Amino acid sequence: MKYDKLVKNAVGRMVPTIINGEEHIPFMGIGKYKPTGRKYGPKISSCADYPEDGNKVLSSLKDALIKAGLSDGMTISTHHHFRDGDLIANQIFDIAHELGIKNLRWFPSASFPCHAHLIPYLEDGTINHIEGSMNGALGKFCSEGKMAGMGILRSHGGRYQAIQDGEVKIDIAVIAAPTADAFGNANGVDGSAACGLLGFALADSQYADKVIVVTDNLVPFPAIPWQIQGNFVDYVVKVDRVGLPEKIISGTTKITKSPDRLLIAELTAKFCEATGLIHDRFSYQAGAGGTALSIGNYFGDILRKNNWKARFIRAGSNKYAVEMLEEGLVEYILDGQTFDLDGVRSMRENPNHVWTSPFTSYNYHGKGNFASMVDVVVLGATEVDVHFNANVVSHSDGYLLHGIGGWQNTLFGKTTILPIPLFRDRIPVIRDEVTTLCAPGEMIDVIVSERGIAINPLRQDLIEKTKRAGLPIKTIEELKDEAEEICGVPDKPKLSDEIVAVIKWVDGTVIDSVFKVIEDGES
Amino acid sequence: MKSIGFAGNRGDGIKSDCYVEVEITTSGGHDIELQSRVKALYGKQITQLTERVLAHFGIEHAHLKIEDTGALDFVLAARLEAAIRMTMAVDKEFLLPQLKENTTASQKDQFRFSRLYLPGNSPKLMINAGIHQANGLILDLEDAVAPAKKVESRFLVRNALRNLHFYGAERMVRINQGEAGLEDLEYVVPHHVNLILIPKCESADDIKKVDEKIQALRQNFNIVNPVWLMPIVESAKGVMNAYEIAQASQNVVSMAIGLEDYTADLGVSRTNEGGESFFARSMVVNASRAVGIQPIDSVFSDVSDMEALAQNVKRSKALGFDGMGCIHPRQIRVIHENYAPEAAEIEKAKKIYIAFKNAEAKGLGVVSLGSKMIDPPVVKRAVTTIQLAINTGKLSENWITDPRQKIKGER
Repeated sequence: MKYDKLVKNAVGRMVPTIINGEEHIPFMGIGKYKPTGRKYGPKISSCADYPEDGNKVLSSLKDALIKAGLSDGMTISTHHHFRDGDLIANQIFDIAHELGIKNLRWFPSASFPCHAHLIPYLEDGTINHIEGSMNGALGKFCSEGKMAGMGILRSHGGRYQAIQDGEVKIDIAVIAAPTADAFGNANGVDGSAACGLLGFALADSQYADKVIVVTDNLVPFPAIPWQIQGNFVDYVVKVDRVGLPEKIISGTTKITKSPDRLLIAELTAKFCEATGLIHDRFSYQAGAGGTALSIGNYFGDILRKNNWKARFIRAGSNKYAVEMLEEGLVEYILDGQTFDLDGVRSMRENPNHVWTSPFTSYNYHGKGNFASMVDVVVLGATEVDVHFNANVVSHSDGYLLHGIGGWQNTLFGKTTILPIPLFRDRIPVIRDEVTTLCAPGEMIDVIVSERGIAINPLRQDLIEKTKRAGLPIKTIEELKDEAEEICGVPDKPKLSDEIVAVIKWVDGTVIDSVFKVIEDGES
Repeated sequence: MKSIGFAGNRGDGIKSDCYVEVEITTSGGHDIELQSRVKALYGKQITQLTERVLAHFGIEHAHLKIEDTGALDFVLAARLEAAIRMTMAVDKEFLLPQLKENTTASQKDQFRFSRLYLPGNSPKLMINAGIHQANGLILDLEDAVAPAKKVESRFLVRNALRNLHFYGAERMVRINQGEAGLEDLEYVVPHHVNLILIPKCESADDIKKVDEKIQALRQNFNIVNPVWLMPIVESAKGVMNAYEIAQASQNVVSMAIGLEDYTADLGVSRTNEGGESFFARSMVVNASRAVGIQPIDSVFSDVSDMEALAQNVKRSKALGFDGMGCIHPRQIRVIHENYAPEAAEIEKAKKIYIAFKNAEAKGLGVVSLGSKMIDPPVVKRAVTTIQLAINTGKLSENWITDPRQKIKGER
């Protein structure tokens, strides 16, 4: 059974408590759910079973998957540091298909358009379902109810939590690495396919039963830095190409040229300046979208003008963040993933450009994490409702569109700002109710649009500080009305009552369900 | 008349628009084939509006194909009407309720620092244009519209004048040259256009024809608000006749120069420094000042080079121009900032203004600052400078109540 036993959770959403045959807990409120007991542990291994010369190299990925015991119903994990340039995930399932293996669970840290290749395997039962992000063709496939199992979407931190809770037991982790040695030490900073870091694969290396490192740059022991430690690794495979680093850069990682978006970015920076959110030694996190990147530029201008420095940027690093680091406008980049090759270079060369992982930054079962220490967090969203609840995964027509990424985790920063246009191609962004609720409104502080700024009434301090700042402050209802006056009030999309996926909150509870879309022409 | 009518844009990069094909049939009612990326949310509304438009034109049977990329109602209505009117000869118009704020009048001498050109057949560029706060938005029916799109763009521009939010910008339309331009007026004058730009003017007669047609239309449609004129001089002949053009009608409020065509007419290249057009620009400034209207400079075409634009604006201001056209929203701020008065000018103007207010309060006829007497034209210029400074964000609107602004001796 895909799902069962629906209940209404703490944000009023109907969610299943049985998903893919396993029990899950409905969302109870921020910081309410705290599991007890001990974390999940991987199987005990003994070094006596591994070659003393440290050489774990096998001839092919197929060989490694067979030796790792690939069989029906297993959970296979991969990471997304190559973003749309990933070459390995598709090969794993080509091999599984060739071997006639069925019912696999794919557990990527994110999926990209290149993974549309996997649709035939979802159709023929090689893959049962995906737990990770589902975008583009995969999102459409899942949204139309064609996936055999239920999709589960988690944040980067939530993925770490799910592994530590034993909610997801990884049978085989395959880690594509730009550089590795025969023992399995690996990193992302060196090699012709350098992608920066391998932080999203860290938990997989520590908790999976079998770990396979795949590389196209096999160096003699030791591969330094060992972002992934060979002591966790079972097998190493050498391939011709492990990934396409030029495809790390996707459309969302270039600075915007749109005058409308630049206006939003500039207004966001002005807001931060007027409210004192920017100050000497402040810290911020900006996402990968074109608007967020331009905001970084405007922040740079403000820092320069005041002779201030940012203490650190939580990134997603790219050329623009690196320039600020090199100019001395920021002291550290604490980096979760590199978005371009300047980010990769800087991480390799600059000791102040630090690679991190979801463990240090976002992990719910850590003794604290970095996310809550960040002063200003700038994020995108597909929809926000009049209660500031936000959606980042689905389009207003119901289709899954984006993964959660680190989005939910970073909301724990001191002030979260969503710079968003009031409407996109006629579709208003501020709704009475979000299609999919990915974060409760109490986590979102400010909406900045091209037609005005709305501050969450919970942030009276910010409302007070903007009173005489000459900024276009409006209520969120006013912004919604303004968009609807221009675009017309949209109809509700036709969604069936069948659930195709669920959204997890950072603590592992289920915050919302994604409903099957009724396709055009279907009645 | 054709049996199939069509209008609108489709293809790569097209957004907020739709392509419509209408075929009048003899049976089967309305058969609407709708492709839209917003179908789930607006499909019903698109179909309903389409039905209303068909009913308005009395069409009982038709086959329609609509390829929509998020067109707002006024865009869809314009496309439908344009397509339908290819298939039948009617004068009937389909109009959506007029936005109330689009009925305001503009003043003869209001600021015209910046005016943003918007291609008259590209809805995508219109929708957010107003938020960038140009003093005026020009819906361009002339050079920015391809010859094959001239007719359909009139419906779109007409609907935009009625239903697009201008956010306080003056509503301007650039018409075509000659007869086509006079016809353009029928689509815009009854719909509260504030100002008409007349391209390629070479004589007073060019202005008079347009003005006469406008006055006739105003009378027919009971339009109370003025419709101002901004002739554009774009040729050697036009430059030589600048003075007669400037005084051709009382409704001429400013005169612009178009340097792309002018330099082509001279057979020279246009440079950033502008030496080749110094004479022409001075002629336009002089003619305008002689008649008491605003001289307006040509657009600066390199939209990526803000530094060169700033230099250009500074030269333009020094020559005596009051404003400049823009072809990209990012140019607006640079233009405002550089036409705006500089800090020293503002400080001086503030002192004069306060002295004037003090004198007024005390009932004194003569304004003095320190030991100097201040003449009325100097006061007038100070008032203008302060207004400019406020408009361009260089001075707070309530500067006078700010205690730091008070000058010595004032209680």
